[in-house]
Amino acid sequence: MAELTTAEASHEAHATSLGLSNEKIGMWTLLGSECLFFGALISAYLVYYGRYNGQPEISPALFDIPFTSVSTFVLLMSSLGMVLALSSIQRGDDRAFRVWILATAMMGSVFLSGQIYEFTVFVNEGMRLDTSPFSSAFYLMTGFHGIHVTVGVLMLITLWSRSMSGRLTSENSEVVENIGLYWHFVDIVWIVIFTAVYLIPYEQATL
Amino acid sequence: MTAVPADTGSTGLRILQRPKATTGLWSWVTTTDHKKIGMMYFIATMFFFVVAGVEALLLRVQLAVPENDFLSPELYNQLYTMHGITMVFFVGIPLGATFFNYIMPLQIGARDVAFPRLNAFSFWVFCAAGIFMYSGIVLGGLPDGGWFNYAPLSTTVGPDVSGYTTGGGSGELAYQVHSGRMLLYSVGLQIAGIATLASAVNFIVTILNMRAPGMTLMRMPVFTWMTLIVAFLLLFALPVIGIALWQLMFEVRFGANFFNPAAGGDPILWEHMFWLFGHPEVYILVLPAFGIISEIIPTFSRKPIFGYTAMVFAGVAIGFLGWGVWAHHMFAAGMGPVANTAFGLTTMFIAVPTGVKIFNWVGTLWGGKVRLTSAMLFAIGAVAMFTIGGLSGVTHSVVPSNYQQTDSYYVVAHFHYVLFGGLVFGAIGGIYYWYPKVTGRLMNETWGKINFWTLLIGFNVTFGLMHFLGLWGMPRRIDTYYAGFGWEQLNLIITYGAFLIAASIALLLLNVVVSLRRGKLAGDDPWDARTVEWMTTSPPAHYNFAEIPQISARDELWHRKHAVSDSGDYVRVPAGGSGAIVVREVEDSDIHMPDPSVFPAMSAVGLPIMGWALFTSGNLMIVMLAVGSVITVGSLFAWAFEPSAEEGH
Repeated sequence: MAELTTAEASHEAHATSLGLSNEKIGMWTLLGSECLFFGALISAYLVYYGRYNGQPEISPALFDIPFTSVSTFVLLMSSLGMVLALSSIQRGDDRAFRVWILATAMMGSVFLSGQIYEFTVFVNEGMRLDTSPFSSAFYLMTGFHGIHVTVGVLMLITLWSRSMSGRLTSENSEVVENIGLYWHFVDIVWIVIFTAVYLIPYEQATL
Repeated sequence: MTAVPADTGSTGLRILQRPKATTGLWSWVTTTDHKKIGMMYFIATMFFFVVAGVEALLLRVQLAVPENDFLSPELYNQLYTMHGITMVFFVGIPLGATFFNYIMPLQIGARDVAFPRLNAFSFWVFCAAGIFMYSGIVLGGLPDGGWFNYAPLSTTVGPDVSGYTTGGGSGELAYQVHSGRMLLYSVGLQIAGIATLASAVNFIVTILNMRAPGMTLMRMPVFTWMTLIVAFLLLFALPVIGIALWQLMFEVRFGANFFNPAAGGDPILWEHMFWLFGHPEVYILVLPAFGIISEIIPTFSRKPIFGYTAMVFAGVAIGFLGWGVWAHHMFAAGMGPVANTAFGLTTMFIAVPTGVKIFNWVGTLWGGKVRLTSAMLFAIGAVAMFTIGGLSGVTHSVVPSNYQQTDSYYVVAHFHYVLFGGLVFGAIGGIYYWYPKVTGRLMNETWGKINFWTLLIGFNVTFGLMHFLGLWGMPRRIDTYYAGFGWEQLNLIITYGAFLIAASIALLLLNVVVSLRRGKLAGDDPWDARTVEWMTTSPPAHYNFAEIPQISARDELWHRKHAVSDSGDYVRVPAGGSGAIVVREVEDSDIHMPDPSVFPAMSAVGLPIMGWALFTSGNLMIVMLAVGSVITVGSLFAWAFEPSAEEGH
């Protein structure tokens, strides 16, 4: 059990009260907190929806819905990649695990690239962070989601490198499961954001 | 981030080997032991407590006489802002964390917390936040917009109210000074929030998952229950203010429009988001004290706590209701009669579970064999003072009277009765109560009693009279006042009271330090206590318990020490009698404890560097952001790859 961290090893003797590992409960706890984090961001966006600071042309009319739909699709498919990666390592198929974990990280990166491209387009069309409360709330919300995806991609790459160095096997694959929880959470949040930002029909506000 | 060698044997970088120091300064920097971290929290908290106390004394000197020019208005604003911020975020929250860290794992019979290195990380990030916040002294001024920092007023230039500071790259001096202050506030609290969030996750997992065999949830000591509730409150409250602080940061530094009504922003949104955190925060601060009181009163009444189940559920109910009352801070903001009525009602409801707790403490005292030790005096004092604060709180929940009281010294009196009377009295009781467990020595009881009575008198003189000052119309946050309103005499007496409080706190700190060497030896269980932490040695060994205790009842230790006689009384069982149920025998060397680690402290270093980057611009900003994030993220990576088992472990 050399792969166990010392923290795990010290608690090994101590049967957990709930029968789950500390790490898994910790991840669920953190995700509970993240719900409030994104809840606050999305609420602020909805409050500022339609507040264009007298510039109605800087509005959701700028959004390219087909483009974002494609990158959303890629992000949602990455959740499938995550599931396949987890099932591979649980079966002990390290090769398939590395393929799927890299594929997942790549799909996340594609989504991020799409977001960077979109932001560039929006800024060029005059929608900057300081244009209006609407644009500020939009960039803060989608930007923080992008940061979460970035952190997720970094964690996936860490998993891959741990697997390459032989420190990640089916015996201690729970870390994959926990990071998978995070990854699925970030995807689910994007479904809410995508719905709120792109799919809810808007009216030209007169503010 | 360079890839870290997978296997750091003798060839690996030395920095990647786990530190092994067990004595000296390095052992404290690298420790992952929850008890050492708890002690470090205590020292840091007491430091900030003294800082905030000195700030308060300066404010009181300024207000002692009318038309005083001891402090400039700018300095006065900075001092009352920092007094509030320091007391709430750098004394109140970490004072809770002090007790959670040291006592909670012992109370549930755990060897350590769930994530020992994350625990150390929390402490060092908390220190980094304090340093960052007070770095304003050298950067051109401390935050001066009140601890609530109502935007957009707080984002306007301080002395020059004609213009907003927002808008990014403006280079005017006033802009730089003021936005710098607001950045200190928003980024400093973000950093402190990271620390608090990490420890909240840690405590929740520890309590839910690391209880000793037989320690069911309804057998847990009330203090541990309150820890759990506070951790959940933190977990859900911090992200909300986190977003508000990010919005504020982007507004003052990068010109985003959130709170500026001229650009379509909404000032009320800041108030909602702030108080949606800020009201649960009140319970975050006071519930640990409730837990401490619930440990002290049964011990020194020689009775189990009255209505344990009601006590626990009242705590849970406070936790839930605490979320539904935030807008009572905003009655005067113009929400309209429907919202005001709704929040007035929920605010009155929250008095019910609080009342349940107070009656249960009184019920525990009733008919008990009460021993008035210093700890007990402070616990009873906390109950009494908090009750007064609760009663004046009910008057705020009545919207019409709230309109009269808001922004007057009556409010200052109210929340000091709740927080100083509840939290500080309770926590000092906890210090007297658990000091022998931590150090193996008792604190001086005579000094303790002097400490209590001077504090009680000083406290009531100071804050009791503020009720009258408020009702006579003196507003909060004014740096001076004219003679002739009838406020002069009260203000002078209040200032004397404040100095009496300071003298009493000085005596407390002196007692803590002197008793380290001179205190009477305490033994393992000096108070004839009831809960599991008194079953181990004082001070506890590195691994807490040689044998993990098997729990078969609430107040486990009491049941092991006492049996019911034929006449129905509890009689003491001789030492070594019943109880002492052994789960498994272990040799000391078989108990594996987490190794020390340098990375938690190292990763905290990067955060203030990233924060200071916001005061700069251009390339320097990018460089500082990069340096800070490389330190923090690099340390976290190294942490993840840290060799797990060292030779000789």
